[in-house]
Amino acid sequence: MQLYLPIAEVSVDAFLLLGLGGIVGFLSGMFGVGGGFLITPLLFFIGIPPAVAVATGANQVVASSVSGVLAQLKRKAVDFRMGLVLLAGGMAGSASGIWVFALLTRAGQVDLFVQISYVLFLGIIGAMMLQESLRSLLRSRNSHAPVRRSHVHSWVHGLPLKMKFRASGLYISVIPPLLVGAVVGFLAAIMGVGGGFIMVPAMIYLLGMPTKVVIGTSLFQIIFVTAFTTVMHAVTSQTVDMLLAVLLILGGVIGAQIGARVGVRLRAEQLRILLSLLVLAVAGKIALDLLLRPDELFSIMPGVLP
Amino acid sequence: MIRLLLVLLLLSGPASAEKIVAGLSQTRVSITADFDGSEILIYGAVKRESPAPDGRLDVIITVEGPQTPLIIRKKAQRAGIWINRAQVLIDAAPSFYAVATTGPLSEILSDTDDLRHNITLPRVIRAIGISAEAENAPDFVEALLRIRQNEDRYRVMEGMVQLTEATLFRSDVVLPANLTEGSYKVRLFLVRAGRVVATQERVIGVRKEGLERLIFTSAHDQPLAYAIVSLVLAVAAGWGASAAFRLIRL
Repeated sequence: MQLYLPIAEVSVDAFLLLGLGGIVGFLSGMFGVGGGFLITPLLFFIGIPPAVAVATGANQVVASSVSGVLAQLKRKAVDFRMGLVLLAGGMAGSASGIWVFALLTRAGQVDLFVQISYVLFLGIIGAMMLQESLRSLLRSRNSHAPVRRSHVHSWVHGLPLKMKFRASGLYISVIPPLLVGAVVGFLAAIMGVGGGFIMVPAMIYLLGMPTKVVIGTSLFQIIFVTAFTTVMHAVTSQTVDMLLAVLLILGGVIGAQIGARVGVRLRAEQLRILLSLLVLAVAGKIALDLLLRPDELFSIMPGVLP
Repeated sequence: MIRLLLVLLLLSGPASAEKIVAGLSQTRVSITADFDGSEILIYGAVKRESPAPDGRLDVIITVEGPQTPLIIRKKAQRAGIWINRAQVLIDAAPSFYAVATTGPLSEILSDTDDLRHNITLPRVIRAIGISAEAENAPDFVEALLRIRQNEDRYRVMEGMVQLTEATLFRSDVVLPANLTEGSYKVRLFLVRAGRVVATQERVIGVRKEGLERLIFTSAHDQPLAYAIVSLVLAVAAGWGASAAFRLIRL
């Protein structure tokens, strides 16, 4: 069934959009990532103008994150206090990211910068996660190997302003989560995503949070970051397509519910291996686009030069 | 009455020995949610006061969508990666352009008349001011033509106008599904022996209607309210799905 999208001004198959939303929602519910790094390239691919794809993608991520958080909330797997601290850092980072983004847009090469950051961050994070989860999977198979303690005390624990995060079972300074939030918010604003794929490993490896609360907490703060992004895009460039968003959301919220349930059945290591493979696949695809000679050297963009 | 007709005939002058009378099957196209393109029938007749002069008679019909500014970029390889290097700004290029004729354009239309009326695709684009920021701007225009022709936005339909007894003509132009809103200019040219002897213009209004209109106007007139409604929809859908799944206990 073809549907004409009022803001994107293209006609797209409605079931294709439902399916896309469903797949991204499924992954989002399973891994606790917003799915922004998947939905935006997928929308480009089916011919939605990039500006509309970025803005509407953010709106879709709000919905799938709400759906995912509620599913996690039932299992008491959301650390609200940690979420709020991350969010506070995130907003500050996001504001400075938007400022840098505007600077880069004036300078010209913003597309290139976004693509390179995708390749770099997705590549590094994916590789780190894959290596770490493969190692722990091997360790759990081989019960004779020494078991690493879940809480390793490091310099992080010597910082002031300590706070109790009961749901995470942590008593740490608020400075590391604030910094993590700020860095993720900054990158998220520049790359136009919620930042879950950076946030999740940062929470596990830098803050030492238990995997079971990481997903819920990450989704919790992604809701606010992407809601902020959606409003910014809608007000500054009128590029949020409500009809497109509704279809993606319909597929997405259902997918997120199913994903959250499948995620419970998988073991934490398996989950992380799958997520890291997915992240690496996206990084590889973008890297190939940069390295291979494109079929069409020319591209047409609407609008005037800055 | 006869006097009046005579005066009119004198006023219209000798150039209008042949005239075009034209009609469109529809002058309004409504873009609704299920819009999937639209076929427009353009028809008409050649009106003569005197016997037809000698020379080959042809009809050319063009349909031109609203014009928008464009940036055309060209990628080049730098340090192993392909990045956008050169760019050219096109002040205004039609979002849609179709030209239908009774025969091959190169045979039926003289270059001077193409120049005067901007009929063929290269003429339409070249007629627009190009601020040359790259060394070979013509390559960029060629690329624009090529890409838009592949997207079916620009079309050359030679031989797609049927002309009967050198008097009646008709042609179907399919407007694609990815239409832009605005006025689509329909131009009809009567060409005798390569020279344009009569022209006629019509306009097709393309407008979003119903839900499409509502979403489009509210997004532009009330952006903040629109953003909040979008967010409320998203949150409600997320909550609704969660509640529904709790009920059916999957």
